[in-house]
Parts: sequence; C-alpha cells; structure tokens
Amino acid sequence: MAIIERPVPATVAGPVAPTVTPSSSLGVFRRPVTSSGWTSWVFTVDHKKIGIMYGVSAMVFFLVGGIEALLIRAQLAAADGTVLTADVYNQMFTMHATSMVFLFAMPMAAAFGNYFLPLQLGARDVAFPRINAFGFWSFLFGAIFINTSWILGGAADGGWFMYAPNSGVPFSPTNGIDMWAVGLVITGIASQTGAINLIVTALNMRTRGMSLMRMPVFTWMILVVQFLLLFAIPVITVALTLLIFQRQFGATFFSVDAGADPLLWQHLFWIFGHPEVYILVLPSFGIISEVLPVFSRKPLFGYPFVVFSGAAIGFVGWGVWAHHMFASGLGPVSVAVFSVSTMVIAVPTGVKIINWTLTMWGGKLVFSTAMLFAIGLVVQFTIGGLSGVTHSVAPSDTQQTDTYYIVAHFHYVLFGGAVLSFFAGFYYWWPKVFGKCLSERLGKWNFWLMIVGMNMTFGPMHITGLQGQPRRMYIWTEERAGEGFFNIAFWNRISSIGAFILAVGILLFLINVVYTHRRAPIAPLDPWDARTLEWMTTSPPKEHNFDSLPTVHALDEFFHRKYEDVGQGDEHDLRQVATAEEILAEQEANADHHIHLPSPSYWPIVLAFSLPIIGYGIVFERVIAIVGAVILVLAMFGWALEPSVADDSDYDPPEPEPGTGLATVGSTA
Amino acid sequence: MSDAGAGRPADEKTPGEGAPDLGNEPADTTNTVTETIDEIPMGGVPEPGATPTVDTGEERTHLTDMPEETADRDAHGGDAGTTGISNNKLAMWLFLGSECLLFGGLISTYMLYRGRHSGSLGPDQIYDLPFTSVSSFVLLMSSLTMVLAVSSVARGDIRNTKLWLCITALLGATFVGGQVYEFTTFYREGLGFTTSLFSSSFYTLTGFHGVHVTVGIIMLLALVGMVSRDRVTGDRSEVVELVGLYWHFVDIVWIVIFTLVYLIPA
Repeated sequence: MAIIERPVPATVAGPVAPTVTPSSSLGVFRRPVTSSGWTSWVFTVDHKKIGIMYGVSAMVFFLVGGIEALLIRAQLAAADGTVLTADVYNQMFTMHATSMVFLFAMPMAAAFGNYFLPLQLGARDVAFPRINAFGFWSFLFGAIFINTSWILGGAADGGWFMYAPNSGVPFSPTNGIDMWAVGLVITGIASQTGAINLIVTALNMRTRGMSLMRMPVFTWMILVVQFLLLFAIPVITVALTLLIFQRQFGATFFSVDAGADPLLWQHLFWIFGHPEVYILVLPSFGIISEVLPVFSRKPLFGYPFVVFSGAAIGFVGWGVWAHHMFASGLGPVSVAVFSVSTMVIAVPTGVKIINWTLTMWGGKLVFSTAMLFAIGLVVQFTIGGLSGVTHSVAPSDTQQTDTYYIVAHFHYVLFGGAVLSFFAGFYYWWPKVFGKCLSERLGKWNFWLMIVGMNMTFGPMHITGLQGQPRRMYIWTEERAGEGFFNIAFWNRISSIGAFILAVGILLFLINVVYTHRRAPIAPLDPWDARTLEWMTTSPPKEHNFDSLPTVHALDEFFHRKYEDVGQGDEHDLRQVATAEEILAEQEANADHHIHLPSPSYWPIVLAFSLPIIGYGIVFERVIAIVGAVILVLAMFGWALEPSVADDSDYDPPEPEPGTGLATVGSTA
Repeated sequence: MSDAGAGRPADEKTPGEGAPDLGNEPADTTNTVTETIDEIPMGGVPEPGATPTVDTGEERTHLTDMPEETADRDAHGGDAGTTGISNNKLAMWLFLGSECLLFGGLISTYMLYRGRHSGSLGPDQIYDLPFTSVSSFVLLMSSLTMVLAVSSVARGDIRNTKLWLCITALLGATFVGGQVYEFTTFYREGLGFTTSLFSSSFYTLTGFHGVHVTVGIIMLLALVGMVSRDRVTGDRSEVVELVGLYWHFVDIVWIVIFTLVYLIPA
C-alpha cells in the first residue's frame, strides 16, 4: 500500500529546518530528567528499569494469586469445607487463575523479555522506549483495576474463561465481571504495545553481525511469543468488548434465550486462549535453553531445531483451540480434526525436550540452583505434556472435562513449565541484574520444597480427577469420597498439605532475596561462565548497556570470545583466550562517543492512568469516562508533540560542563 | 499511538568511562566454575565415539550466517534498521496486522448473527444501498487524495500536502457523517442497538469501523497542524506515510465490510 517505500532524501525539501519542537511538555512542565530517586523510576523509559518494575509487580500478583490458591486448598482440605462460602469460592478460583495467567505469568515473561532481549541483541534500548513504559503502566493500572473489584461489590466469579451464560448479569449481578473484562482490555493494551515494540526491536535493532540465526534462543522464543500476542490479543479484545456491551448496554451476544449462539464466546475465547497457553510457556522454553547449555558446559544441542520447533509451536498453536471444547458438541469432523492437530503439536514440544536432554548428555553438569530448576522444568513439563496428550484423544477428554485431572494437567505445564523456569531465570540472571548471586544454599531448599510441594499438590489431582471430582466445586462430601487407594478425602488432604509446602518454598525465595541483598558479596562479572551478549557488560548493566556495541561473529558470541578451539578435526580442545574482565576492559577502551538514549517522560504514565479512569466510568458512572477520555486525548497529543530527547533547558543546571555524563543529553541537538 | 516512537533518539554524550565497576573483585561464593574451565567439551563428547554429537558453534555459523553481507550493509547503514524498514513503519504494519484480527472477530460475529432478528427489522428491509454506496465511494476516493498527500510531502510541496490532507479529512468526515445519518435513520425506523442480535452486531461492527475513521480524521487534522508549523520535514515526513497506511487499511476494511454486510443478501 505504501506509495513511497523509502524515506525521501531531505534535500528535496531544501535545507532542513531546525527542529522547533517544544521541549517542555505542553509548554508547561519541564521534562523529568533525574537519574535517581523515585522519579527516575516512575518516569523512566529505560528498558532495564521497566523490566525490574514488571518483575516486582508480577511477583506481587504471584503472591496474591498464591494466597488465593491457599484459601482454595484450605477450603478443600476436608469434607464440607467452611473456610469460604460458595460465592466467595467462585470469586477465589476465578481471580486465582486471572492473577496467575494475566497478572503474573505474562508480565513476568515481559519482565525477562524487556530486560534481556535488548541486551542479548546488543541494543541500547527497545525500539520505542516510551511505549515500553506505557505498556508497563497500563499493565499495572489494569491489574490494580481488576483487583479493586474485591472492595467494590465482589470480584468476577465466572471462572477465568468466563463462559456464557455464567457471565451474564442474571448469574453474576455484581460488577466483578465488568471490571474483570475492562481490566483485561487494559492489560491487553499493555501486551499489544509490548508485542509491537519487542518485535520491532528484535527485527530492527540487532547489533552488527547479529543475524536471526545467531540470536539466543531466549530472544527467539520471546519474538515468537510477541507474534502470538500480536494476533491473539485482538481476538480476546473483541470477546471482552462484546461481553462489556452485553453487560453494560443490554446487547445479547451470549444470551441463548435471546437466540444467541452458545459457542460464540467459547470460540472467541479459545482462539485467544490456546495461543495464550504458548504465550505463557514459550518464554520459559527460552529461559531454560539459556540455562541448560551454560551449566552443561556445552552449546545447545540442535539450535536450529529448538528455534524452528518454537516457531512451529507458534503456528500450530493457532489450530488446536477447539480441543478445549470437545465436550460442547462440535460434531465428529471438528473433533477429529482438532484431535489430530493437538497430537501434532506435541511433536515440536517433544523435539525441544529431546534437545534439552541431549544438551545435558555428556556435559560437565554443574548443579547450581538455576540448573536444578531447569532440569525440574524438563521433568515436570514432560509429565504435564504427557497428560496433555491424553486430552487430545477426544473420547478420553470428554471423560476428563471439568475434572481435577484437567487441573492437574495445566498446573504441571504451567507451574512445572512457566514458574519453574522463572525461578531458573531468577537464579541465573540475578547477578546480572543486581550484581549479587542469590544464596545457593537457600536456593537448594527453595528448589526442593517447591518440587516436593508441587508434586504433592498437583500429583494427587490426577487421581481425584479420574475419580470424578469436579473442578470449581466449593465442597466435596465424605459419602462420595470413595474407598481405599482412590479415597479422594486422603488425596485432597495431601494436595492441601502440598500447597502449603509449596508456599514455604516460595517464602524461602523471598527470604533469599532479602538475605542476598543484605549479606551477599558482589558477584564476579561472569559467575556462570555464560555464553551470550548480556554478560558482556557490567553487572548491573550501565544505562546505555554497552560502551561500544559488540560485533557478533557467531552464535554464543561471548563464549567464543573467551575460548578458542585448538582441537583437530572432530576433537574439541578449548583454550581460554580472554576473561570477561579483559573483554569488558577492551570494550570500555573503545567506547562509543555519541551514545543516543531517549529521555524520561511524563506522558506514558499519564496516558496509562487515563485507562482505568475510563474503565471506572464505563462500569459505574459514564461522566467519569469522559474525564478519562479527555486525559487520554491530552496525553496522546502531549506525547506526540514531545521530542524523544529533552532539551538542555530542562536540565538543572541548564548548562552543564561538557563530558559530565548524562547531564549533557541533547546538547548537540 | 504508533507514531510516537523514539526509535531515532537524538544526541547524548555519555562517556564510556566512569561506569560502576561492580564485579571486578571475584567474590568467593558458591560458584567456582570460572577456575575449572580450561577444557570444556564444547559440543563434543567426553569419551570419543560415545555419541555422534557434532553440534558445535562454528558449524552453525557456516550453516546459517552471512557475515560478509551483514558487515557490508552495516558499513553503509549505520544505525538504520536491520530490516531496512524504519522502526515506525514496521510498528505500523504490525499494528495493522493485529487490527485484521480485531475486525476479523467482529465480522465473524456479524456473519453469525446477521440472520438472527426474530421477525423484527432485518438486513434486507433496513439497508439503503444507494446511499451507502455513495458514502463508500466517498471513503474510497479519500484513499486517492491520501496518496496525493503522501506524494506531495515526498516532493516537499507543503501547500499541496496541506490541501490533500484537508480534503482527505473532509471526505472521511463526509463518510462518518453519512454513517451517523444512517444510524439515526435506522434508529427512527425501529432498529435500536438492543433490538436483535443482528442489530447489536451490525452497530458494533460498523461502529468500530466508524471510530477508526474518526481517529484517522483526528490524525489527519493533527498532521495538517504539524505541516503548517514545519514539523514534517526531511525524515519526519514519513509520518504522513504512516497515517496513510492506517487510512488505506481502514478503507480496505470498509471494502470487506461493505461487501459482506451490505452487498451479500441475507
């Protein structure tokens, strides 16, 4: 469609006029330009600070979701539980899933992606730093918005997939589902902008020599996930919008009594929902594909296979959504097709597991905590994957639908997949981000408690599920608990005990964080003998990431700079030719003189702040929405008219001495 | 929003020295791996002949990379995007790609519900084809004027750029005005938003499109303002092209909607 494919040379317009953009936002405020204190975080556009803020927020919602899970398990620990009422129980499992999926796993992946994708690519920041900041703030405000429903009449209670008719006003008269839907649209905006941003970054901002097939697997998987987000988020946005229209404006999109199709919501939701599963788990595949080679002292086995199987999962992931709907009466042809495609998608996943196993095969394994978590993922995810294959067989799946067997399955793939790898990532990258290694001794305890806890919690659910215990049921009764080995009373108790062991494990992690930051010494520059570019800078990295942007000659560039292969033929004999310190010193000696960094800005947080205001307006009082919309428009224009780099006059003192670091930003503009 | 990129950040001098020198004293934590790495079987196997692992970094390099070509391009390109497309334009294309799914969802919903009006007004009774055809024609013509605006700004012709942008916005506004008139007429005839599944999905789909056109008009008018203040010069003139991409996309979506909603009999 583009008529002109290349930027026009400036010469046709005569001499380029000097930019006359106002430096102050709307001519009133000075740009926020401090590099310390709370303003340096709130108005930052630095991908590393945004990554850390994503991580901290996600961790908070992980704890919130965890407390919700513990309440659920407390309720189910004994027959006829009395901890929660049926109504509160419904809200609890809905919000547990919402917190864990949308407010923990997705933003935690965004945290890792934001922090490490530019570093692994050898870039100084993402392509759109202000949009990055906007994405974080709209995620955070959207997440808080959803959770305020607890105090505004009750949270959503229709299950995280919010099937009709339970999502209708007659079945859920509180504002919980409205706020859930609006809040998810807001966090969806965050994912959407983040996806565009990271795709452009990965495609366009790679350093010299960083071809696509030299990108680290983590970066590859994040790239695939962003494409999934890009195309999945609009679909859920449509579904949520229709739901809001139904609940707020009297439409009947999902009311069967008004002639609506009962499957419309299910299709829209799962066309988003199944890619969402891979959105949750592919970043984890990326993380452990970084961790396993480093601690196996070998390159990743079959790098192209790992990359392309990840991409294949991304494609096939769009063709399996109806396996969530086998019990809804789709008809034999649809069921057969989706059954087969679901079996097919197990293949690229299996390829990855084989590659990880062969990466470890014959390696000099170092059982650090990060490595333990990575191996834990391979084992636990495989178990979850196998129970997943049993779901692809439609007759079997119709028996398992809506039982705890399903709950067991997706907790093995999501907890055993996503969560374990996040912890592997924490232990592996902590020295990079904070300059200190987390305690390995506490880490081992953390790992084993979590592994034991998760297997005790979710393992028995296979049994209770096959015995027919339904999901989302607030009590079970002694009379129907069964006999002997299959007595669900026993297994429910084990599950509940396991959940609390799991909680202790996660508590140990938090203790580890506090302990590390108080006691631990500064970590060495390259504590794990790592392989990728993010380790080729200081820990924590400087604001501009690299003093001189590295030129990449090979996959695992950093490793190849440290070691030389002096072996003959198929023999490999590696000699260390440089240390990380020497490589860094060389980089500092050749530092670039003109480093371009964008300036902080007020507008991302202001723009993001307008979204929940509009949300409250839609749910409660339309006038508030108009106020929010005014802020939205003002913020958009303020943003668009603001240059990406602040003017000199915004700095204090206005005329800094040359060469004093960040204070000279923009002086040559 | 996608024109807000800071993809081309301006100057900042940051001296390479003086960085925090964390990590220069190797602390003796639990990790002592750095000492024992003289011989690492990278990609190989410890015992020769045990497994045919040939997966070394170097071999992959030969298989998949084109160092010379990359080096060549970088020598010329400086910090131009690796793909040769600017960050802003790539972002706009991605955004439009995701918009396809948004309209895809809405169109599917409409197609599912177009026949469900349970005796009340249906598509065949309500649509005024000649009227909508004219307003569709107006919208499609606005794509032509948008092209002329992009072409003018490429030639550095400020006066014509402003002229064509204004005309594009005017044509767009005519279309939106037509839609408002159409909605009002339908409402008077008894087709409210909640009348039937057909009416809800019709208003939602065409309403979403109308909002997109309206946002496009606001962007066009903002562009006129920016051109007047000489802020769309040189490299920045690409912003006109970006708005053009959006505008053409909205037009194309209307072609699909017009065909599926109005032309195909229910």
